[in-house]
Amino acid sequence: MTPALIKPKPRNPVSALRLPTLPPPARSRSALRLTAAAAEGRLELQHCADCGTVQYPSRSACVTCLSHRLEWRETNGAGELISGTVLHHSNELYYRERVPLRLGTVRLDAGPALLVHLQGDCAAAPSRVRVSAHLDKSGQAVLIALPAEDTANMADDPMLREMTSDPKFRKVLVTDGKPAVGQAVAMAMVEAGADIVWVGVAEPWKQAPGFDALTKLKQIEIVPLDVTDEKSVEELAGVIGGKVDILINTAEFHRTHTVVDRGTETARAEMEVNYLGLLRLAQAFGPAMRVRAAEGSAPATAWVNLLSIHALSALPSHGTFSATKAAAFALSQNLRAEMRHAGIRVVNVFPGPIDDEWNQLVPPPKLAPVALAEAIVAALRDGIEDVYPGDVAQDIVTRFRESAKVLERELWDQ
Amino acid sequence: MSRASYEGVVIAAPVTIPYVRYSTKDAHWFLGRVLAALMKSAGIKKSRLDGLCVSSFTLFPDTAVGLTQHFGLSPRWLDHIPMGGACGVVALRRAARAVQAGDAEIVACIAGDTNHVDSFRQNLANFSRFARDAVYPFGAGGPNASFALLTSYYMNQCGIEAADFGKLCVAQRDNALMFPHALFKKPLTLDDYLNARPIADPLKLFDCVMPCAGAEGFLVMTEAEARRLDLSFARILGAIERHNAFPDDPIQLRGGWTLDCDDLYAQAGVGAADMDFVQVYDDYPVIEVMQLEDLGFCPKSEGVDFVRRNTFTVGGTLPLNTSGGQLSVGQAGAAGGYLGLTEAVRQLTGHTLGAKVEKARRGLVSGFGMVNYDRGLCSGAAILGAP
Repeated sequence: MTPALIKPKPRNPVSALRLPTLPPPARSRSALRLTAAAAEGRLELQHCADCGTVQYPSRSACVTCLSHRLEWRETNGAGELISGTVLHHSNELYYRERVPLRLGTVRLDAGPALLVHLQGDCAAAPSRVRVSAHLDKSGQAVLIALPAEDTANMADDPMLREMTSDPKFRKVLVTDGKPAVGQAVAMAMVEAGADIVWVGVAEPWKQAPGFDALTKLKQIEIVPLDVTDEKSVEELAGVIGGKVDILINTAEFHRTHTVVDRGTETARAEMEVNYLGLLRLAQAFGPAMRVRAAEGSAPATAWVNLLSIHALSALPSHGTFSATKAAAFALSQNLRAEMRHAGIRVVNVFPGPIDDEWNQLVPPPKLAPVALAEAIVAALRDGIEDVYPGDVAQDIVTRFRESAKVLERELWDQ
Repeated sequence: MSRASYEGVVIAAPVTIPYVRYSTKDAHWFLGRVLAALMKSAGIKKSRLDGLCVSSFTLFPDTAVGLTQHFGLSPRWLDHIPMGGACGVVALRRAARAVQAGDAEIVACIAGDTNHVDSFRQNLANFSRFARDAVYPFGAGGPNASFALLTSYYMNQCGIEAADFGKLCVAQRDNALMFPHALFKKPLTLDDYLNARPIADPLKLFDCVMPCAGAEGFLVMTEAEARRLDLSFARILGAIERHNAFPDDPIQLRGGWTLDCDDLYAQAGVGAADMDFVQVYDDYPVIEVMQLEDLGFCPKSEGVDFVRRNTFTVGGTLPLNTSGGQLSVGQAGAAGGYLGLTEAVRQLTGHTLGAKVEKARRGLVSGFGMVNYDRGLCSGAAILGAP
């Protein structure tokens, strides 16, 4: 059985800081489809649209009938572990630091044989297992077999932890903890076992229902943080920047402003928080997190951005807000590309309308702040990179993928 | 329809460029040296060559055609065979047909690679699309993990034990101690083998070949030409190749030899029992046992009894890998696919560099190559005979 993770000891300041190394990132264009599905927590393999063959590794023609009509479809990972090994040697630095590690051959019930990582609780071959796809530290999909039934500390397996960002024993910064969403996220991090949750507050004078109760929890530390103020961001980074393992940027400015409404003040204020705020945080906190991405058993691991499903396709009634979220999305993609060198996961969360005062006139269903917080915890635990929480987000992302143009027209009147 | 024989075509002038663990030279240097050695050994000028066949992993960005300009050759027949451990047998088959058909008179078959201190890792990372997508990212540096998985599977299925694999490795080391080019110069005991450090369970250090630099080569020509040049030679009695056999087997327990073994012996007019020695491809000992089974030396799954019943040194009941094989000589990249062939020709012509199999008249050489994803794809075998 996997032993339960022990709370990591503070780092010995005299010993050299272990720098992050990465597993091999190169993939063919075709294989990146495995990564695309794993980023959302799904195992997808190539299915032949003509003969139904399921194949792996990905090919450019069907191995059975040579059809080029290959579709990536969600695939059941159930299968049999038919052989296993423990690797004691690797030519890659990343794996040299992680041997011994288990690998196995799994024959999926769906057909193909897969080389997979083995979660430590998998029984010796032959045995039943479940294969799932996860992003590794390079941000590319790898396969890992889990035991057929969940085991007690399954998520604490060292190789599985390389692919996930469980908040347990980690130090988390929630950049704006006063609104309902920030409070819910901070509370969810405490409940998920975070060691410390720093909660940023921009306006100390503001009364928010529920906030006082939050501050009474022993894991919670209130810190001053105004993401529109470069000095404020840098000052906080100077104090806790070298300790943050997970940064969750919940800071958001949201008004129902349309493009032809007069004036740029609202748009500018939204941009200051939603776009430039992220940029300031990235510059102040990014470098230290990257350096600490391989330290100890619970290193710096993830950066979460609260975006909006309208970052994909704008909602004209919330026009300038949508524009800032689109800008933040683009910025976040760049942040992801830069943080990958350390293996820090950048998680983008694309909720539909949240059930708060700024979406008063938006008809239900709306996403409860608690549900949003739960989705963020689940994404961190499961190693998911793109999260579309709630029914509206799921609806819009599906329609966006079917036809971005049709969706654009349909959002005109919402 | 039965296949045409290789009658009238011979293999001659086996040469080896001594292996080194690491080299600062490039693949072109090793291939140039082996070509020069071939010319010297045959006593001909390079302008006499009208066929060239090349195998190398580290020649990039060049292929065989680049080498024609590099070495000042103008062949009318040219081939590049990127088939790793099967490249020797495949090169022999193709060159023999070219000579038989009159497309070329003298074909130089050469294989070689360099090994810089970091080139092995880089070769592994870019070995194939499937390896890059689905093996290398998992930490399986090269074929070690794939062979560990199939060794483990084979052991569970057939009851063979580590000591049986060790018996092969120890016998090969005994053979290698007499072979001047072997990189391993120290005797290996079964205890050494069993107590070596683990690489990928159940594989330990002496189950895995050591990458090195070096080159091998031979010439293919008509028997009449060989006699004119006063070269000793071996005849090609039969040869087979097969690629991606049994793709639906979830893990490799058999190779393409199974499909073509009867054809091989029918073409040669002899059987497995007639072999005076065998040179099997030996990147890992499990593959040797698989070849002995698939090439009819014993029934499938009975390799364990065969290994226990026989002895494999040069003076043994079945002399196997008489120069020491790759496990004791070293694996010089694609030259590993030639090692068994050059040694077989030396045994059959009596010009051995190391231990000699007495009165060797026929020998079998087997090749196996290219772990593209989870198994070796190319299999080949040739039966050579003394003139």
